Amino acid sequence: MAQHLPILPIILPLFAAVLIPLFGRIRVQYAWFFSVGATGFSFLCSSWLLSQVMTGRRVRYFLGNWEPPWGIEYVVDYLSGFVLVIISFMAFVVTVYSWKSVEKEIPKEKVGLFYAVFMLLVTGLLGIVITGDIFNLYVFLEISALSGYVLIAMGGKREALMASYNYLILGTIGATFILLGIGYLYMVTGSLNMADLATLLPPLYENKVVLTGFAFLVVGLCIKVALFPFHIWLPNAYTYAPSVVGTFMAATATKVSAYALVRIMFTVFSPGFDFKMVPVTEILFYLGMAAMLVGPVLAISQTDIRRMLAYSSVGQIGYIVLGISLGNQTGMVGGLVHLLNHALMKGGLFLVVGAIIYKTGITQISELKGMGKRMPLSMAAFTVSALSMIGVPLTVGFVSKWYLGVGALQAGKWIALPIILLSSLLTAVYFWRIIENVYFKGAQGQESGRQREEGPPGMVVPTLGVASLCLVFGVFAFIPVSIAELAAQMLLGKT
Amino acid sequence: MEFILAKYNYWIYIFLMMIGFYAMIAKKNLVKKIIGMNVFQTAVFLFYISISKVTGGTAPIVWEYARQYDNPLPHVLILTAIVVSVSTTAVALALISRIYESYGHIEEDKILSQQK
Amino acid sequence: MVESSVPFYTLLVSLIAIPFIGLSGKSPNLRESWTLIASVIKILMVLSMVPDVLEGKTIYTHLGSILPGLDIAFRVDALGMIFAVPASLLWLITSMYSIGYMRSLNEHDQTRYYIFFSVAISATLGIAFSANVFTLFLFYEILTLSTYPLVIHQQTQESLQAGRRYLTYLLGTSFAFLLTAVFLTYHTAGTLEFSRQGILTGKTSDLMVTLIFILFLAGTTKAGLVPLHSWLPAAMVAPTPVSALLHAVAVVKAGVFTIVRISLDIFGIDLLRDVGLGMGLVYFSSFTVIVASLVALRQDNLKRRLAYSTISQLAYVVLGVALLTPGGIYGSTLQIVVHAFGKITLFFCAGAIYVAAHKTKVSELNGIGKKMPLTMIAFTIGAFSMIGVPLTGGFISKWYLLMGAIEAHHIFAIGVLIISTILNAAYFLPIIHAAFLKDLPDREEPRIQEAPPWMIGPILVTAVGTILLFVAPSFFMKIAGLVVGSLNGGSS
Repeated sequence: MAQHLPILPIILPLFAAVLIPLFGRIRVQYAWFFSVGATGFSFLCSSWLLSQVMTGRRVRYFLGNWEPPWGIEYVVDYLSGFVLVIISFMAFVVTVYSWKSVEKEIPKEKVGLFYAVFMLLVTGLLGIVITGDIFNLYVFLEISALSGYVLIAMGGKREALMASYNYLILGTIGATFILLGIGYLYMVTGSLNMADLATLLPPLYENKVVLTGFAFLVVGLCIKVALFPFHIWLPNAYTYAPSVVGTFMAATATKVSAYALVRIMFTVFSPGFDFKMVPVTEILFYLGMAAMLVGPVLAISQTDIRRMLAYSSVGQIGYIVLGISLGNQTGMVGGLVHLLNHALMKGGLFLVVGAIIYKTGITQISELKGMGKRMPLSMAAFTVSALSMIGVPLTVGFVSKWYLGVGALQAGKWIALPIILLSSLLTAVYFWRIIENVYFKGAQGQESGRQREEGPPGMVVPTLGVASLCLVFGVFAFIPVSIAELAAQMLLGKT
Repeated sequence: MEFILAKYNYWIYIFLMMIGFYAMIAKKNLVKKIIGMNVFQTAVFLFYISISKVTGGTAPIVWEYARQYDNPLPHVLILTAIVVSVSTTAVALALISRIYESYGHIEEDKILSQQK
Repeated sequence: MVESSVPFYTLLVSLIAIPFIGLSGKSPNLRESWTLIASVIKILMVLSMVPDVLEGKTIYTHLGSILPGLDIAFRVDALGMIFAVPASLLWLITSMYSIGYMRSLNEHDQTRYYIFFSVAISATLGIAFSANVFTLFLFYEILTLSTYPLVIHQQTQESLQAGRRYLTYLLGTSFAFLLTAVFLTYHTAGTLEFSRQGILTGKTSDLMVTLIFILFLAGTTKAGLVPLHSWLPAAMVAPTPVSALLHAVAVVKAGVFTIVRISLDIFGIDLLRDVGLGMGLVYFSSFTVIVASLVALRQDNLKRRLAYSTISQLAYVVLGVALLTPGGIYGSTLQIVVHAFGKITLFFCAGAIYVAAHKTKVSELNGIGKKMPLTMIAFTIGAFSMIGVPLTGGFISKWYLLMGAIEAHHIFAIGVLIISTILNAAYFLPIIHAAFLKDLPDREEPRIQEAPPWMIGPILVTAVGTILLFVAPSFFMKIAGLVVGSLNGGSS
């Protein structure tokens, strides 16, 4: 069984997706049970895989026992193991959390189908992370994208439909560019296997076909990553989707696309290519900084809390991209560890928002007055996550910013440091508005007025768990950082 | 000049791709955007398939008189991609159908003005 | 160097008290007793470390490494003690005063108040005991965040606006400038640990050193140097005990302490002298001394006048260090202690006047000395300390600052000290004069009486402390002497 371990994180949610509509008809809750089971086992398998990888070996799995480069293989190394655990963990947490929220937001007859498509989304995302074949990457990318479109469209209001449609259009452009890029690379090398390409491509770096393919791949992935200025689909998608979907996608979808970008740039191609032969890291550096400023600035003017968090994500993606474009070990570690940190922080924030919407239906920031007394636990989790986003020491947010700052200085790119700090300050502005509303306005002295109406335990416990991880990994930062260091070394190792 | 003519397959695909891309972005009617999407994706399929042709090759089915076979792999890849394209179109059309129910039309600018 | 966990436990004491305070919300007496017990324990723990420090040793605790190069560690030395001892003593006294104040006004949300008070004092000690810039920065931010709920306690529109300004100035500058300085220091020196020789010498250009120094100064807005000072008068909307302890003692002292610490242990006296930064800092802090006093003259709101006086007095500390002489540093460290006692007395009196007579303006204070004699006598003592009248502690610190200025042959600094003394008199003496020698307005309610006992007690204690600092200052002088002594020939 253990030899088939790599395929399990993919197969389990996939089978669940197939079985859920069936069992969901018998009893709607079975849909949830299956989902929790599938994501839970997925998480366990991913953790096991990561532990195997940490002993130093790369785990390789050949699908159908066909050897690469003709067969498709799955590869688990430091980077993919790390991201695999992050995604499966968030999938598990969000699924556990989801029942109440889904019950309220999705019509009963569609709940089974909802979970089925949700499982497909999880399958797709995990598949992207674990695959070692770039066409397989495209396939999983599209699986996750299509599931995403469907899930977003299930949000109650009709704006969700347009949001999903626009995401579809832009997402398909991105995906098709990626397909094109893959085609170009195949044309000159005849291979689709990432490791194989890595050996075949270096002599061909000057080849125009390769350069064009690379360009298409990067642009396509940047659209998927929602890097400024390709971020347009993101705010609406996160705002109008059902709460659970918004939460999950905010925590994972763009991270996985960022992972794919890193894979293409550093494993398929190499650092030498990225930094010396094409200006891609220059461009990503400036776009990353732009995103870091544009995101928070736009977030400040928002009135809907989900939309504000969505623009916040646009900014945070800038951090990840900045980290990988700096070109040194420290910067790369910062970018990679931010994959985890942002998943935790943003996931936590959206989990709280979901609980608020479930209990009160409130989505406007101005209506959050006095929420600190009504939902103290949830708002405590929110505060911790918000402080983490601002980058207060002892939270995960500070860890990312420290590495990015030091990395920027080491790379000689001084300008990035004030931008990072300015971005943190802007982040503080839009979060502080909420904290002010929540704790210090409105409910003063009305102790008897508003009762405590905390969210249900099924929602509060996962939320607190994720928020506490923001602190745990902020203090015991060496845990994720050590993995990220190894991953960064591996990625930057080749010249 | 022969160089340009010889690469006619690429010209076709670029031409189609641009048409499709333009339609996806510039057209206001939602269905026309999807049509553009299909044209766009089909262009990419044609590109892939066209590169699978080997000079002097024949269909990749085992045949005793064959000297060379065309490369079957791109065909397989494109089959997958076609499936993806069809699924995307299906989802898109379902969305458009729901949008029409909710908004009453499928022109993007009219929908945007309704949303304000 | 002694390794011990006592510094960490000292911080922990008030944090441990928090759940107890929270749970006792319904029984105020029990709740307050937790605060009092915690503060007594804290004082004992701080004092327990004094003998070692007096022998010239330092006490070191290493809590852990967040990341390579970022450690949370404490080193208790003489400079830290100069800050920690008054802070912990005054926390106990202020807690008693708070009881009187909050209960007399029947304030809301008292549990929240005491909880964040506890966090704030832990953060203050964290700053005093920090062994490296990262730990300092960490507790600096915690201090800002934990004092925010205290500042906006009233939750009125005015309070919230003041709170926003508070955060913008303190959090904004610390992230924008202080953190940048931390990054640059780490990048230049490879470490963030404090060391008496300074860690930046010889590592980089003078220009970079100047830049980092300016960034540190700009980022330490808690010190209240003009032009980044306006958060302090705005923060006066807080309840008076908050203004008293935090904004006369803890928060602002943390600011100037940080500047002293950075100057001595990151840059070092020699580097500052070589690059000429000492000179610049003298002029910069002198500017604050004079300007703040001038603005204080024009304030009618009593607390605001005291706030500007604080800004001016704090700049003395910076001025003393900037002189780069043993005398200047000696006076500067003494000023940290002396000003704390004096100013807290003044704020306590302002609070007492508010509680007893609901007056907030200087112009309303005519004749109040007749109704509240104890309060106003204490006020007089505090004011005299600010001015530097002999028999109060303020005389001692001002004397040594003057000595330091003479040592440095700095005519400008001498001038500034003299002029500011005159200005101090100009804005304090009229209050005393009006309170005792003028008559009460006729329509006055004869119900004004002395402040309640829980407030008068602390007021008298701190006033007596102010006098004690003149009469028997040897304890603090000894510690201050160690600070100066360690400048030549390293710490252990």
